[in-house]
Amino acid sequence: MNTILVKDLQQGYGKTIVLKDINLTVSAGEILALIGPSGSGKTTLVNTIMGMLKPHQGEVTVLNQSMPNRKLLAKIGFMAQTDALYDTLTARENLTFFGQMMGVKRDDLKKQIKYATDIVNLGPHLNKYVGSYSGGMKRRLSLAISLISDPELLILDEPTVGIDPELRQQIWTELHKTAKAGKTILLTTHVMEDAEQADQIMMIRRGEAIAQGTPDSLISEFGVSSVEEAFLKAGRQQDENLSND
Amino acid sequence: MRISAMIRRVLKEMIRDKRTLALMMIAPLFILTLVYFLFQSNNNQTATLGVRNVDSSLVKAVKNDNLKVRQITSDKSAKSIIRDKDYAGVLTQKDQKLTLTLQNSDQTKSGLLKKSLQQAQVKLKMQAAASGLKAQKEVIAAQAKALKAIQETMGAGAQNSGVKAPASLKAAKASAYSVNTHYLYGSSDSTFFDTILPIMIGFVVFFFVFLISGIALLKERTTGTLNRLLATPIKRGEIIAGYLSGYGIFAFIQTVVIVLYTMYVFKIQILGSVWYVILINILLAFVALALGLLISTFAASEFQMVQFIPIVVIPQIFFSGIVPLDQMASWLRPIAHIMPLYYGAQSMSDVITKGAGFFDIWGDLLVLVGFAALFLILNLLTMRKYRQV
Ligand SMILES: Nc1ncnc2c1ncn2[C@@H]1O[C@H](COP(=O)(O)OP(=O)(O)O)[C@@H](O)[C@H]1O
Ligand SMILES: [Mg+2]
Repeated sequence: MNTILVKDLQQGYGKTIVLKDINLTVSAGEILALIGPSGSGKTTLVNTIMGMLKPHQGEVTVLNQSMPNRKLLAKIGFMAQTDALYDTLTARENLTFFGQMMGVKRDDLKKQIKYATDIVNLGPHLNKYVGSYSGGMKRRLSLAISLISDPELLILDEPTVGIDPELRQQIWTELHKTAKAGKTILLTTHVMEDAEQADQIMMIRRGEAIAQGTPDSLISEFGVSSVEEAFLKAGRQQDENLSND
Repeated sequence: MRISAMIRRVLKEMIRDKRTLALMMIAPLFILTLVYFLFQSNNNQTATLGVRNVDSSLVKAVKNDNLKVRQITSDKSAKSIIRDKDYAGVLTQKDQKLTLTLQNSDQTKSGLLKKSLQQAQVKLKMQAAASGLKAQKEVIAAQAKALKAIQETMGAGAQNSGVKAPASLKAAKASAYSVNTHYLYGSSDSTFFDTILPIMIGFVVFFFVFLISGIALLKERTTGTLNRLLATPIKRGEIIAGYLSGYGIFAFIQTVVIVLYTMYVFKIQILGSVWYVILINILLAFVALALGLLISTFAASEFQMVQFIPIVVIPQIFFSGIVPLDQMASWLRPIAHIMPLYYGAQSMSDVITKGAGFFDIWGDLLVLVGFAALFLILNLLTMRKYRQV
């Protein structure tokens, strides 16, 4: 079953086109990493899959339902690129509030808060005001919020920015565990180490998908020794095609 | 569930923001006090009221520090007594009928007499409450009612419009008064403070609710939490409803604080029902709330929000009755009718100074509800910008 299906998507803001001819499928239990330089259109794609933006052209289907679809958002755990937290509330209050917004039952909230905060090691800081949090702690809280409703699909926009290597490793372990349990994960990153951890990689550059596949298949397809080199090579090919046009 | 979680969050944020809380609760009182001292400077003034054949219970109730009462023994006309003795007014009683004649060359003195009569009304009411005897209670209530009738007669500026007591009350031994009011000079006019107080109450409620709710939603937008919120299955209407109720609760508290303050600190008598005053203010607050939320979508920063004040808020005060509408150029007058504050201030003046009831103000209330509904619909539409479903 395809959890996410994007077909011939063209997207933009007003008249400017940001994404062209995007085709993408993510199956249940899979981790897909969108990798690309900043400004390449990752956030735009993620927001389109979330249904925050209506596609200019093409289709987006999530869990077999066409997006945008408000009710479906209850099944998607989302972490935005910018931390959107209430500074005057404590971390626990933030988690509770977003949990309620996602429709988590009152009885489950406590358990879910513990589960989500253990993953990001925020347990001891739960009762502090978010205003006193460091950037990395805010990032971790945002991630915890995306996990609060135990969603079928996780969409994480740059989840590892500002998170130290040790914790990053721990988070990846948890993400793999979550995927094994049948949950689907889509994340964006501009860090190659993150991309290498994913089952599937989609490389985006200047609004186009320049390469797609598992890390191993990409390395062998481009005849290189790392994902990073594959990305660079794919980028050069894109430039050549553009100058040929 | 979602709405109540929204409300709780709004309340929590507000309670923790002591500064904003103070701005909403204390700043209006400060402004009103300032206005009070600026426009009500007759604190030490005393007026003399001549009384002839008036029941002693009433005379006693009317007396206060600023009002001297002189018994009149001569049977000259009230007008000539006022001229001879320079009394501010003369109150005469004939059977059940009271006649108040005001000199009215100094309106603050006339106002003082009226105020004293209002206070007498309250005193009698309180005595009625204290008294266990039901019959006595009824009689005193009837007195109070008749006194209220005096206020209404004067408030309307009527001359010689006597209020007849019902026959059944006349039968009772003690007094149910009916009153004639004559003005020697001019007509009944209240002090400027009495005129602008209802407008100022409406204005401060409108202004602070507008500013605070607008900036709150703006903050939600600029910090990205609004977008984050829209990535959950919450409905746009639920967000608006949460804001409306959350800030509505504070607006309600603010209104009650302001009304109590004006009643107990300024000793302003509200001739109509206090509940109408609160109701009008709540409606006005809702309009301000909805307008604040709406305007905030056109502002990119707090500073830009403040820039809307001279455009959206300040003009309203000029058209809310501080300058009487019939003294305006005729082409200016229609502008008042697109100002929510005009309807709020107008109905509030009617309730406070004329004792208007629901049937006198429901038209204004309806317009306020209409404004709130209009702004709410526009809010729902502009929020489409952030999520299209
Ligand atoms: N709200 C917006 N309005 C107009 N242009 C935008 C908006 N958001 C992003 N863009 C443009 O779209 C392009 C892709 O941005 P984005 O999707 O944020 O890239 P990424 O997430 O990969 O860094 C950029 O050129 C950016 O300037
Ligand atoms: Mg981005």
